[in-house]
Amino acid sequence: MSLPPYARDLNLVLCHTCGQACPLGTHECPRCDSVVHRRKPESLGRTWAFLIASLIFYIPANLLPVMFTNMFGSGSENTIMSGVMEFWSSGSWDIALLIFIASVAVPCLKFAVLGTLLITCQRRSQWAMRERSKLYRLIEIIGYWSMLDVLVVALVAALVQFRSLSSIEPRLGILFFGLVVVLTMLAAMSFDPRLIWDAEVEDV
Amino acid sequence: MDTPDLIICEHCDSVYQPTPLVRGQKAFCLRCGAVIGRGGHMTAQQLLALSICAAIVFCFANAFPVISISLQGLSNEATLWQSVEALAQGRISVIAAVAGLTIILAPMLQIILLCWVLSFAVAGTAAPGFKACMRALEHLRPWSMLEVCLLGILVAIVKLGGMLDVHPGLGLWALAMLTVLIILISGKGIRRLWHDLEGVIP
Repeated sequence: MSLPPYARDLNLVLCHTCGQACPLGTHECPRCDSVVHRRKPESLGRTWAFLIASLIFYIPANLLPVMFTNMFGSGSENTIMSGVMEFWSSGSWDIALLIFIASVAVPCLKFAVLGTLLITCQRRSQWAMRERSKLYRLIEIIGYWSMLDVLVVALVAALVQFRSLSSIEPRLGILFFGLVVVLTMLAAMSFDPRLIWDAEVEDV
Repeated sequence: MDTPDLIICEHCDSVYQPTPLVRGQKAFCLRCGAVIGRGGHMTAQQLLALSICAAIVFCFANAFPVISISLQGLSNEATLWQSVEALAQGRISVIAAVAGLTIILAPMLQIILLCWVLSFAVAGTAAPGFKACMRALEHLRPWSMLEVCLLGILVAIVKLGGMLDVHPGLGLWALAMLTVLIILISGKGIRRLWHDLEGVIP
């Protein structure tokens, strides 16, 4: 079976906002008025920038405590990993696994996948293009689940407010962790998966 | 200018002629395997009905506490807004803005814009500011994270369940319904309006 033609061969450009096939050379989509780009502008550079920034923030996100728990006068600070370990040792391995996947496995997977995609695209590699497209769609889908920990901390901090008896407060680590999630989402959004396929045709 | 109704895969730039799909059918890109079309979209009336329903449920989800706890005779409860406020402390208040956007503001805007656009679309006209509304809906989609919030509430219930008495509140049930509704109405199905309202969009 022959593969379909590329948009560029038919002198067409996709409008990313409304999905319209616009003629090549238009700057604004005739249907929805948004700016049309042949490829997302500065895709590789922007994705690298967001990715590196999120990698840097990922260090304090894991080292700094995300919340402070004060129970009957005895206070303790929790990092993301110590929260996971606490669940694990208290017997709720399922919740521990859930938080581990959302807060550790998903961000690390995103770093690895985006890094791989960026490097292979820069080298114009034709290796496993279909699989790399699938990887990109995977991280687009699972990326935002990392917000889980931020929302859990928000909820428990809002709930447990019994003055001197017991209280839970958010700590600086959660800010960095939230920024990591936002930055990796922006990185995934600024990456253009069509660059994977450009290796096949374009000889820039 | 002739721009025929072609489908371009947004993941690899392949061009296809659209074929009509029946309910439940999906079209995949031959080159990269991405979904490029789904059959059986809801009609504008159905979408509007669900959007209005979502608007009502949204009010419940935000007005009532999602969890309440009690400890030695003391009790406390938290709504979604109070959870966002709990993050707004000193240096970390930026993250409160992110949380507020993802669990309150983005879903709210999605519902308002959908109700606005669809109530005109049902009558066969384009709402004032149609293009801006549709663009906003596209940009809001990735930032609406109610399903993550729902899972977060369940984790919080288990987390606190060990040391306190935890009761799910009315807001939690509303939020669960709202999550389902938002998934149904906020998909790419709304893009069909571009096609349906062609000619009446100013």
